[in-house]
Amino acid sequence: MNSINEHDAAIHVEDLRKQFGDLVALDGVTTSAPRGKVLGLLGPNGAGKTTLVRIVTTLLQPDGGAAFINGIDVVRDPQRARLSFGLAGQYPAVDENLTGFENLEMVGRLYRLGRKESRDRAQELLERFDLGDAGNRVTKTYSGGMRRRLDLAASIVGNAPILLLDEPTTGLDPRTRIALWEHIRELVSGGVTLLLTTQYLEEADELADRIVVIDHGRIIAEGTSGELKAQIGGDVLQMQFRTGDDLRTATQLLAGVGASEAKFDEDSLSLSIPTADGVDDLLATVRLLDSAGLKPDDIHIRRPSLDDVFLTLTGQPADASTEQELVEHGTVN
Amino acid sequence: MRHEAIDTTLAGHQERPYSPSWRIDWLVSDILVMTKRNLLRYVRLPQLLVFSTIQPVMFVLLFAFVFGGAISTPGVDYINFLIPGILIQSVVFGSSMTSVGLAEDLNKGMIDRFRSLPMARVAVIAGRTLADTTRNTFVIFLMIGVGMLIGFRYQDGILKALAAVALVVLFGFALSWISALIGLVTRTPETANVAGFIWVFPLVFASSVFVPVETMPSWLQTFAEVQPISVTADTVRSLMLGWPVENLWYMLAWMAGILVVFVPLSIWKYRRLT
Repeated sequence: MNSINEHDAAIHVEDLRKQFGDLVALDGVTTSAPRGKVLGLLGPNGAGKTTLVRIVTTLLQPDGGAAFINGIDVVRDPQRARLSFGLAGQYPAVDENLTGFENLEMVGRLYRLGRKESRDRAQELLERFDLGDAGNRVTKTYSGGMRRRLDLAASIVGNAPILLLDEPTTGLDPRTRIALWEHIRELVSGGVTLLLTTQYLEEADELADRIVVIDHGRIIAEGTSGELKAQIGGDVLQMQFRTGDDLRTATQLLAGVGASEAKFDEDSLSLSIPTADGVDDLLATVRLLDSAGLKPDDIHIRRPSLDDVFLTLTGQPADASTEQELVEHGTVN
Repeated sequence: MRHEAIDTTLAGHQERPYSPSWRIDWLVSDILVMTKRNLLRYVRLPQLLVFSTIQPVMFVLLFAFVFGGAISTPGVDYINFLIPGILIQSVVFGSSMTSVGLAEDLNKGMIDRFRSLPMARVAVIAGRTLADTTRNTFVIFLMIGVGMLIGFRYQDGILKALAAVALVVLFGFALSWISALIGLVTRTPETANVAGFIWVFPLVFASSVFVPVETMPSWLQTFAEVQPISVTADTVRSLMLGWPVENLWYMLAWMAGILVVFVPLSIWKYRRLT
């Protein structure tokens, strides 16, 4: 069974372990990325995502377990493994003193492309990532989003069948993030296997076929985005009322709305209804409340965040630092 | 039969051939690509080149005009004594910058990118030491030019003078590998800068670079006579001034020794980076 996985999966890790001093970064992780699919590795800062990516991409030696990429053991045969993947790390690795074109050309040459092939490929990728006009500018002058795009382009210069992106949109503004998602989707539709790490449930949801939730170096949940959402309750219709009477009336009135039973809280005067088809349920709710002459203080659809995942799966919120970061990036509603 | 066997092996792999780092043409290509990349830095930041050449030129002028009068070098004009020595000093200082360049690459994640590519392991460091050696060569010719403007003359023909220059360049190349190891160990440009300079100062000043070692106290003289910078300075000076060349093999042995120890050590450290 295992031997089939090792050789069939694009990426396969088996009981992977890594410790830095007292800190256990990976505590026996076993998972596979099937070919042509997108595997999302979801977790807060310090969960072990980057450590896993660094081991799979030969940058770090594991303490125990095994990692295979394209069926090649990365510890035993790292140089051959390196031909099989492209990597874009957590921070864009572009040479500031070279132009965008020179950066890509250099990486092409190091991937064993010929001189002309490297140049052609560099030009083609610049166009494809909307950097055509900036190709002859030194990358020091690039914006954060442009650097990310160049870094992404560099990771696919070698046409490797497997791509690993470590938090590709961290630190980007929402618009730039969505634009980058488009580029990533395009790559995936071209047939590459993608392993993507992220702190954002939304991002994993948008891009990944399968999501692995990781915390403190262990896998705590695994499944499609739908399966995970079912596990953590999915979207919630959230309402706030002015008085306890209003809350009770509304709770009776809305008994038939939503995917499962509503929860109401007398202290905070709030009502939450799990919903599968958010907008329809929202409209139904509004109609019912309006016809009864009830006006809530607030009503909105709340999508589950990484924090909800962690609250449900571990009973604890994600680390405080992560929460802070999520708030800054506007992912927590 | 044989062809069939080869075909089946290849079919099992990716379309692209497996790249062992021992393919000599790939090794050379990787090193050249990396050298070019490091040299482009000087094209993009001309001020870097300007400032890294001002300092050696200033040293020539300071020593020639400020200290020169106070240092006695029997049988030879101080400027002729000084120039061969100060060439060594400037390549030693220049080589110490290799550590900073590598530490910067480490800090900015460039080394991660290179380490994840199927390129030759040695190319990242060799590209850096070769680029720094190229810059050193440029600085050496500039300093000789400035020296000649203020009275320096090589005494024993252009060929021996050029041989002396070649030795200085090679010596700088060897030292760059020590510096490379320091950069890989210290990891941050600031630390690399300080650590890269500490070991250089006693070696440069307790040597025959600026003064004849006979003027030093005897315990220091012993050290100053055998250490690589003095040995190199003596050899280079003898070649330029037409003195009998006594230390050539000694100097080459030092250079070979440094390379034999520090090339493998730097590569080992590079492979084991985390």
